[in-house]
Amino acid sequence: MARFEERGPRVPVAHPTRVDKVHPKAQATRRVVAFVSVVVAVIMLLPVLIMGITAFKSRGDVMVSPPKILFKPTIEGFVYLFTERAVANAARLEEMESNAKAGKLSLFNRIALQSGQEITGPSSYVFRLWNSVIIAGLSTVASVVLGLFAAYAFSRFKVPGKDDLLFFILSTRMLPAVVVTIPLFLMYRQLGLHDRHLGMIILYTVFNLSFSVWLLKGFIDEIPKEYEEAALVDGYTRLQAFFRIVLPQAVTGIAATTVFCLIFAWNEYAFSLMLTSQRARTAPVSIATMMGRGGIEWTAIAAGSLGFLIPVVVVTFALRKYLLRGITFGAIRG
Amino acid sequence: MQMATIELQKVEKRFGDSHAVKPLDLTIRDGEFVVLLGPSGCGKTTTLRMISGLEAVTGGKILLNGKDVTWNHPSERDMAFVFQFYALYSHLSVRQNIAFPLQAQGMKRDAVDRRVKEVVDILRIQHLLRVRPGKLSGGDQQRVALARALVRQPSAFLMDEPLGALDAELRESMRAEIKNLHIAQHATTVYVTHDQVEAMALGDRIVVMSAAEVQQVGTPIDVYYNPANLFVARFIGSPGMNLIKGRYEAGAVRLPGDNRYPVPAPWSSPLANALAGQPEVVLGFRPEAATVTPQGALSGEVYATDMHGGYTVLHVNVNENEIVHIRSDRQTSFGMGARVRFDIDAEMVRFFNPQTEAALRREAAR
Repeated sequence: MARFEERGPRVPVAHPTRVDKVHPKAQATRRVVAFVSVVVAVIMLLPVLIMGITAFKSRGDVMVSPPKILFKPTIEGFVYLFTERAVANAARLEEMESNAKAGKLSLFNRIALQSGQEITGPSSYVFRLWNSVIIAGLSTVASVVLGLFAAYAFSRFKVPGKDDLLFFILSTRMLPAVVVTIPLFLMYRQLGLHDRHLGMIILYTVFNLSFSVWLLKGFIDEIPKEYEEAALVDGYTRLQAFFRIVLPQAVTGIAATTVFCLIFAWNEYAFSLMLTSQRARTAPVSIATMMGRGGIEWTAIAAGSLGFLIPVVVVTFALRKYLLRGITFGAIRG
Repeated sequence: MQMATIELQKVEKRFGDSHAVKPLDLTIRDGEFVVLLGPSGCGKTTTLRMISGLEAVTGGKILLNGKDVTWNHPSERDMAFVFQFYALYSHLSVRQNIAFPLQAQGMKRDAVDRRVKEVVDILRIQHLLRVRPGKLSGGDQQRVALARALVRQPSAFLMDEPLGALDAELRESMRAEIKNLHIAQHATTVYVTHDQVEAMALGDRIVVMSAAEVQQVGTPIDVYYNPANLFVARFIGSPGMNLIKGRYEAGAVRLPGDNRYPVPAPWSSPLANALAGQPEVVLGFRPEAATVTPQGALSGEVYATDMHGGYTVLHVNVNENEIVHIRSDRQTSFGMGARVRFDIDAEMVRFFNPQTEAALRREAAR
């Protein structure tokens, strides 16, 4: 009696593959693996999903146990996130209610009114999100640009003590943030960089630079040196060859490095907490400090985190084409 | 096409104490096709790279049309380099690749277009202009690389094993294409290869290199028939020249296996003079110089036969695994272990000094 697995696949195999990959037994295994992967992925994504849902829940719905799956969506969380509010007195309440009936009250005010509050001004969240954009953005650009030149030099030139230097560069990354924050804090206070955008940009650049040099060096090593030699012989200077040949060839590496540097600078918490107070405070710390004032505003925190996610997701999504693509797709050797 | 005479004067490259290229003198005449031939690691590519300026010399001078260019930037030498793996830019289209050297000169757009068109017409790659090089076959990539070299009308072409990455059949047709191109353009070309068939087919002159040194410079015929030393004799030809050690005694060379080869007249006095004091000599002959004949002076045992279609190569064991190759016609067949007698064409026999490894020269008068 022939066992099932001794038979081949029912459909003819019309694509290049190994026998054990298309074997019916392998197909079954693959289905199991796929199922497990999906389950794991769902578990991993669940917190993000809950965060997304919470952002649109009302204060009451958030606290219900067991959590509600079906609820009436509201932008209450966003109102709390973007505004500063105060409890209104009876006279104001009456005035606002009449305004609301007359349709003269704005959407945000109406939502605030539901919990008897009055909007007194914008919160610092938007400002701090903007801080995050500036600090993370500029430090990412700086670390990728500087990293690219350094990586090119390490990859192509004889640098005295190259290996030691590379190790030294990496070693800047070896200490945990907590260890270096105190000296940095003292240094920054003396230099007047405390709570400054410039201070944070420099700090994040330094931290990301080691990473970007190492990562980009790997990518540039992959670009055959004949590319530049050909350009040199054809009448270009090395700098021209760098911009016209190496840069476009390294696009994949640059994109990957950009995303990683951005994610680090964007999510960084410890330094920001210690080295900023007002002016240069970034969004992650801002969201965390929301927990403190007058009870935990879960909806506002979820809304803040959601807004915080968007820029990184957008950038990663925009660069996904380069992240997935190989470096040189077969120009060297057919 | 501009004129270009390239002159190397005592050009050398040292890495620490070891030589990559020992002091080398060579003059490449205008319009000449010179092939640097040698096994890998013999310094031929280093020599080419020194001519291009991609490798700095340790000593010596490089002259282009009498002008010293030893320390000129690669871009100032007006030479085009074709790399072994083509170095086509994968992020540019074929058209952009070919136009790339012209853009360096700041040439106007319409002039670039005109020149690119001329070149792609020569190489018949008009249909590929919009394609990315990664999508091309090996032969087409090679054509694009040649087009990129050709497009700026350089004074000289430097080619580093340009056919090395192609399969045998394609290599042969591209070889003909390069030869044809050289004849049409008549541009000075320096070509590096380790393939002696390629060197013989392409070169006006061949520079045989080994162990960082030039072994012989000569026309393909010269290098083939009159190798300067044992290395060249062994390296050129497939199989290489048959070389048997023997002793010169009174007008004949005594060879292993009780063989005695009477030396042709023009050789007797050079042999007597050159080998004064020590009788050891190496006798050399090409496989096609030997003829199997019952009256042959030499004999051996058939060890193996290689059928090559038009001819057969016999491996003949002269004595104790000392094997010589003899080209024989395809009609006659020999069994294993059969005893054969053969003769060597007196015109084509060569002698070498085993100590110096250098070839002996026969008297000019025949």
